[in-house]
Amino acid sequence: MDIFLNVLKVTLEEGFMYAILAMGVYITYSILDFPDLSVDGTMPLGAIITGVLIMNGVNPWLCLTIAFVLGAVAGAVTGILHVKFKIRDLLCGILTYTSLLTVNLIIVSAGTGGMSIASFFREPTIFNTAPAALVPEKIGGYSLRILIMSFVIVLIVKIIMDLYLKTKSGILLRATGDNSRFVTMLAVDSGKIKIIGLALGNGLAALSGSVIAQSRGSADPQMGVGMVVLGLASVIIGLSIFKRFSFMKTTTMVILGSIAYKACLSIALELGLPTNYLKLLMAVIFTVAIVASRISIKKGGAHVKA
Amino acid sequence: MLRLENITKKFNIGTIDESTVFDNFNFQVKKGEFVSVVGSNGSGKSTLLNLVCGTITPDCGNIIFNDKNINKLSEYKRAKFIGRVYQEPKAGTCGNLTIAENMALADNKNQFYGLSKCLSKKRVDYYKTLLEKCDLGLENRMTTKVGALSGGQRQALALVIANMSDIDLLILDEHTAALDPKSSDTVMRLTDKLVKEKGITTLMVTHNLRFAVEYGNRLVMMHEGNCVLDIAGENKQNVVVDDLLGKFYEISIEKGN
Repeated sequence: MDIFLNVLKVTLEEGFMYAILAMGVYITYSILDFPDLSVDGTMPLGAIITGVLIMNGVNPWLCLTIAFVLGAVAGAVTGILHVKFKIRDLLCGILTYTSLLTVNLIIVSAGTGGMSIASFFREPTIFNTAPAALVPEKIGGYSLRILIMSFVIVLIVKIIMDLYLKTKSGILLRATGDNSRFVTMLAVDSGKIKIIGLALGNGLAALSGSVIAQSRGSADPQMGVGMVVLGLASVIIGLSIFKRFSFMKTTTMVILGSIAYKACLSIALELGLPTNYLKLLMAVIFTVAIVASRISIKKGGAHVKA
Repeated sequence: MLRLENITKKFNIGTIDESTVFDNFNFQVKKGEFVSVVGSNGSGKSTLLNLVCGTITPDCGNIIFNDKNINKLSEYKRAKFIGRVYQEPKAGTCGNLTIAENMALADNKNQFYGLSKCLSKKRVDYYKTLLEKCDLGLENRMTTKVGALSGGQRQALALVIANMSDIDLLILDEHTAALDPKSSDTVMRLTDKLVKEKGITTLMVTHNLRFAVEYGNRLVMMHEGNCVLDIAGENKQNVVVDDLLGKFYEISIEKGN
């Protein structure tokens, strides 16, 4: 029972934290229809900048903001490569991701005096200072601070995103992914909107990286490997499982998708799968999710783009 | 109002597929005119519209709009004063958004798309009054996703949306071609109503000779990048479909088709 509750706790924690990234992928992939690979670079960018800044005594909440902004800048670069230099979408993400590999190494090495990992176990993070400090360290033998804080953060991000998607700018973003000619007819430069969307998506990816780094107390450039697959899988799983609940907001579906995805991984690991197989398993779950969503389309179920 | 001067436009320059659509082409539209353009495939009708809208730029020549050279103006900037309805019903609206959301976006045209709320109850009531004119019952389906509408309904909506802001020129790019006969009649009647209401200058490309004859106050037939027929006013009223068909055959025989 203890083991079960512990696995559940970790699954939810990770599900919430990675859901922020998944919501970013939802913006680029589902709303904008842009296959963005820069996420693999922007997520660790957010994590590393957070690690380095916290080691230098910067307020952990401020780190979240800085991570978001830096991620947004990197996402905007992807967008500018695509819109202004007319490079194919897939390639733009690869270019940004490859550049970020170097950028991340430089930041971590400059910030830690030559190390390849930023560790800040005993420093203040959003999980051990106010307002998280209001939560008792142990509740019934469990440390719930990370769970509660990550839930609160993902909830805030979700609410802001729901509100944003109802604004003029938000609906225009949805229109851009759907029919960019329509946006042109509204006398708006659809390229600019794409750049904004990519900035938002990657800002969220970096924010997620910042939260994850703070929960672990460390950050390294390797964290980003497989983030695109993780984000896409969460979005596709979430949208295809929960599409039939029409009352549910898509952002909620994405969060649940992220939890479901993490649950699959947790179960596999609990059943004794060696961690070396983790990335392979990620890809397999992703494939199953895509195929399953196709089948549900054939049965007249919800349509999910994959 | 709209003047195309000495336009030359070639496609696939430098390849064996090089084709010249326009060679020193001149064309004018006066304010308040409703021009129907007919012509066979490849005669340059669509190229004409794309040049006016800025989808493509001419190799030589000038496009003058209200005494301003708009050659260098990008497509989205021209959309401030040009409205366009495409052939495909999907092009003029957003299928993933509701009718109300589509209209709210169009309502905000030429203003900043910021962080204020997009839909307001009061404006939605106003959109309903606009849709009532279509007589398709769309006003009762404001929260329906546009993707669920039929082609005719979608095209009617696209037409209303294109006319929501104050545009100087309306471009209709075979906008009834993809519709069934009944829907295309409905959409065409709606077009005429909207155009007459605002006295808006209109350039309509169509393959439907009956529409070209019945609607509008000027008729142009194009062939191989030239206007082979250009009639307006009283002469236009006397034209019948058979005259146009005759002209079509005449051209075809001349060219040995």
